[in-house]
Amino acid sequence: MLLFIEQVLNGLQLGFMLFLLSAGLTLVFGVMNLINLAHGSFYMVGAYVAATVMLATGSFTLALLLALLSAALCGLLVEIIVLRHLYQRDHLDQVLATFGLILFFNETTRMIWGRQPLFMDVPEAFAGSVEILPGVPYPLYRLLIIGIGLLVAGGLYLLISHTRLGMRIRAGASNRSMVAALGVNIRWLYSLVFALGALLAGFAGVMAAPVFAVESGMGESILILTFVVIVIGGIGSVKGALLGALLVGLVDTLGRAFLPDLLQWLFATPTANSIAASLASMAIYLLMAVILAFKPRGLFPA
Amino acid sequence: MFELNRKTIILSIALLALVLLPPLSIALDESYVISSMSRVLIFAMAAISLDLIVGYGAMISFGHAAFVGLGAYTAAILGFHFHEDIAMFSFPFEFSGSNQLLISLLLAMLVAAVVAAITGMICLRTHGIHFIMITLAFAQMLYYLFISLDYYGGEDGLVMLARNELPWVDLADDSQFYYLCLLFLVAYLVLSLRLVNSQFGRVVRGCKINEQRMQALGFNTYWYRLVAYVIAATGAALAGALLANKTEFVDPGLFSWHLSGELLVMVILGGMGSIYGAVIGAIVYLLLEQIFAAYTEHWMFFLGPVLILVVIRARHGIYGLLQKWWTANV
Amino acid sequence: MMNFKLISSSLVALCVFFMAPASAAVKIGMVTTLTTKAGYLGEDIRDGFNLAIEQGGGKLGGIEVELMVEDDGRKPGKGREIAERYIKSDKVKIMTGIVFSNVAMAVVPKVVKDDVFYISPNAGPSALAGKRCHQNYFNAAWQNDNLHEVMGKYVSDAGFKSAYILAPNYPAGKDALAGFKRFYTGNIAGEVYTKLGQSDYAAELANLRAAKPDAVFFFLPGGMGINFLKQYAQAGLNDSIPVFGPAFSFDARLLKAVGDAAVGVINGSQWNHDLDNPANQTFVAAFQQKYGRMPTLYASQGYDTANLIGSALQATGGKPENMTAFRAALQKAEFDSVRGNFRFGNNHHPVQDIYVREVVKDASGIYNKTVQKVFTNHADAYAAECKL
Repeated sequence: MLLFIEQVLNGLQLGFMLFLLSAGLTLVFGVMNLINLAHGSFYMVGAYVAATVMLATGSFTLALLLALLSAALCGLLVEIIVLRHLYQRDHLDQVLATFGLILFFNETTRMIWGRQPLFMDVPEAFAGSVEILPGVPYPLYRLLIIGIGLLVAGGLYLLISHTRLGMRIRAGASNRSMVAALGVNIRWLYSLVFALGALLAGFAGVMAAPVFAVESGMGESILILTFVVIVIGGIGSVKGALLGALLVGLVDTLGRAFLPDLLQWLFATPTANSIAASLASMAIYLLMAVILAFKPRGLFPA
Repeated sequence: MFELNRKTIILSIALLALVLLPPLSIALDESYVISSMSRVLIFAMAAISLDLIVGYGAMISFGHAAFVGLGAYTAAILGFHFHEDIAMFSFPFEFSGSNQLLISLLLAMLVAAVVAAITGMICLRTHGIHFIMITLAFAQMLYYLFISLDYYGGEDGLVMLARNELPWVDLADDSQFYYLCLLFLVAYLVLSLRLVNSQFGRVVRGCKINEQRMQALGFNTYWYRLVAYVIAATGAALAGALLANKTEFVDPGLFSWHLSGELLVMVILGGMGSIYGAVIGAIVYLLLEQIFAAYTEHWMFFLGPVLILVVIRARHGIYGLLQKWWTANV
Repeated sequence: MMNFKLISSSLVALCVFFMAPASAAVKIGMVTTLTTKAGYLGEDIRDGFNLAIEQGGGKLGGIEVELMVEDDGRKPGKGREIAERYIKSDKVKIMTGIVFSNVAMAVVPKVVKDDVFYISPNAGPSALAGKRCHQNYFNAAWQNDNLHEVMGKYVSDAGFKSAYILAPNYPAGKDALAGFKRFYTGNIAGEVYTKLGQSDYAAELANLRAAKPDAVFFFLPGGMGINFLKQYAQAGLNDSIPVFGPAFSFDARLLKAVGDAAVGVINGSQWNHDLDNPANQTFVAAFQQKYGRMPTLYASQGYDTANLIGSALQATGGKPENMTAFRAALQKAEFDSVRGNFRFGNNHHPVQDIYVREVVKDASGIYNKTVQKVFTNHADAYAAECKL
């Protein structure tokens, strides 16, 4: 039972990690109707910059700030140079252009930082673990990720539903030309939203860097998961992204944790292990297929 | 139809170049080009099949590679059982694989059609980005399934001991294999052109523009789209089975979203909704990749921006540019 | 016109590339992985190989060589493509470089059938060591299981009664755990296959803690290993359950990315920078001087591969076309391996000593220190299946 609770916590934590990355993606998608495959690249930029600054200065705060800044800046540049030309285009043009961006970003990090992965440690203040349940020490840093995820969710909710900017974002999402006619500079609104999305991705990258390997191409491993999350949740909905992320995190974690034992009732151990591993890999895709089969527009269509 | 305009001239020249490629490259002692171009032709076929649904039916599949993979694995598994002489099944009759190309191709298309029909029924309930993602989901499931198929090599892949056999043709000979691929490509291209201009094709294209209107006209658009999806899958499987024969090797990477993405890139690069465009896209993308890779190990650094530039500058892909040119002043 | 121009100019460009100026040098084709997350493995193999050529003044074994390198992007199909071009256009007779088993399985059988020698600087899948071994295929690194077998033996000998073992769900992962179990006599507390490319191991770690094993053995190459080790340490498991693994997760470059989480871990390797033999000392010093970083085992394998080829080139006067003579010369392995003891078994795979090392940290950084030799003249488990 203790183990089950711990695994649920693990699932939630992975979910919040995914949410950090999905929030920006769903925002950009919802407001600008733009498919951005390069979202994972901003995540990578955040992680690389944070790891580099942390190594050089040892300060996590500075690393966080600079990483957020550079991710947002990269986002802004990409929006101005490339994506601005593609809002009126077919989704497929956006796919191709952002695919090109992925190639470019991956190779650029490889050229700047070399091929080996970078190192980043857990910030001093969050090292170690706390005993949340008797006999189960839980890493403090993972609890921090859950906390940050909650904060970001709350912050985004306030931003979107209670500020002037949020109002414009919502208005821009539903009717672009009307908002422009009312005198809002839609161009800069879009740039701003995109930069915000990139910043959130960069934030996810910083938070991930101490836990995951910081390497070129790290964005794509998690990008597909993020797309799964926002599609399950319903595109454009931050609430959906949160719920989708938690669902994906739980299904993935619990699948990995308990499928082998469950299948041992049915098969001999080696077969069970092998089948369980494949099923666990497929679990989230199965989840997505089932949800879309019954709710073709996701759980919370915007 | 065959009036002498720029388009006909260009297409004939291109076809002639492709036909003359093997003897020329042998004369230049660069016979490698033949084998490399066979791969390009095969991918062109896969790109056309994707274009059929993406460009004409607005069904953006991000899992099209799955059908390439299914086709390739069908051919490879049939060959594996044939060469190892292990029965695939013994009921209702014993069957231990085959190394006949025609059987491989037919079965590959059949397998893909069945899988496409089943998954398509679910996928086609969705639209737009949701369709993109659900097709991806099914492809990923197949990817992980084949990774865990230890019996057929898992992630390591499965080696085909020899290419399939076809009466009067020696597939092991690269030139003959090349011409076979070219023949398939041209046939497939012609068939596809006829398909999109047929009554069936018009309905599917109509669905792309306005599905409600087509429904109002009394068409069951769901079934039309499903049939189009299945047809596209069989095309990809055909390409896959040929690809397995070309490389004499298959691996789960064939199912990966990277390959699905690359196929999409080929289609968009060439110009969506134009059968010729898919061919051009495949040729240009694969050649660009090879050329950059030959000159620098940082080839992605150059390929990425080139793709972006094409998107921004050429609205309807390379074929769009061409079309502008040959309709401008005839 | 446009598409014809594009095609023709592309073809011309291709031709120009293929028609590299003919020279008398013996060509060696290297298909390796330089991109993707695993790009640094290929980079080290290439750099080790190049170092040997440079030390010979552009020659290996006194014979002028030309090394051609191309990235396979870790895709078997692409590797195959490059190999075919090397053979048909460049007429290479010697190939090397492949990092991953799946690429090797796609390329090697075809290459050796075309009367080209393939000398593996890394991948050693079991099929190529056993039933499908080939007279033109040599492996200068190890058979895939070797570095896992050594850990099985060591963990048993060190008295750990139960072990929890993990690997990704793919053939190399299954081989790895099989290799470990082949020499481990204790009890297996749990055997887990994870998703290939997985990043989060929280679920596995929780199960692992609950199973209360005496030791943990894992094979998670590349970034997966970094993720696992970091998270293992963060979960506080380092202090209670010792973790063991093959050298792949503890090479000099990866250690930099794992940091303190790896300190104290015992890992198995056929090579370390502190092995005491003259060839190794020269190699380590020269590599550091040229590239400004510590060589990894991959670099040592690339270097050994180059010198092995050099020895055969020397013996045959630079004529790999004399296949019988060249093969015999390779089989003799008359070169100074940086591993010290080195010879080939009947299946053309190494018979060599295998060590365990410990990750230590001091003022100079984090590095591996050789602890002891566990296997002497160790061959692989598949040699008997090979009919050479």
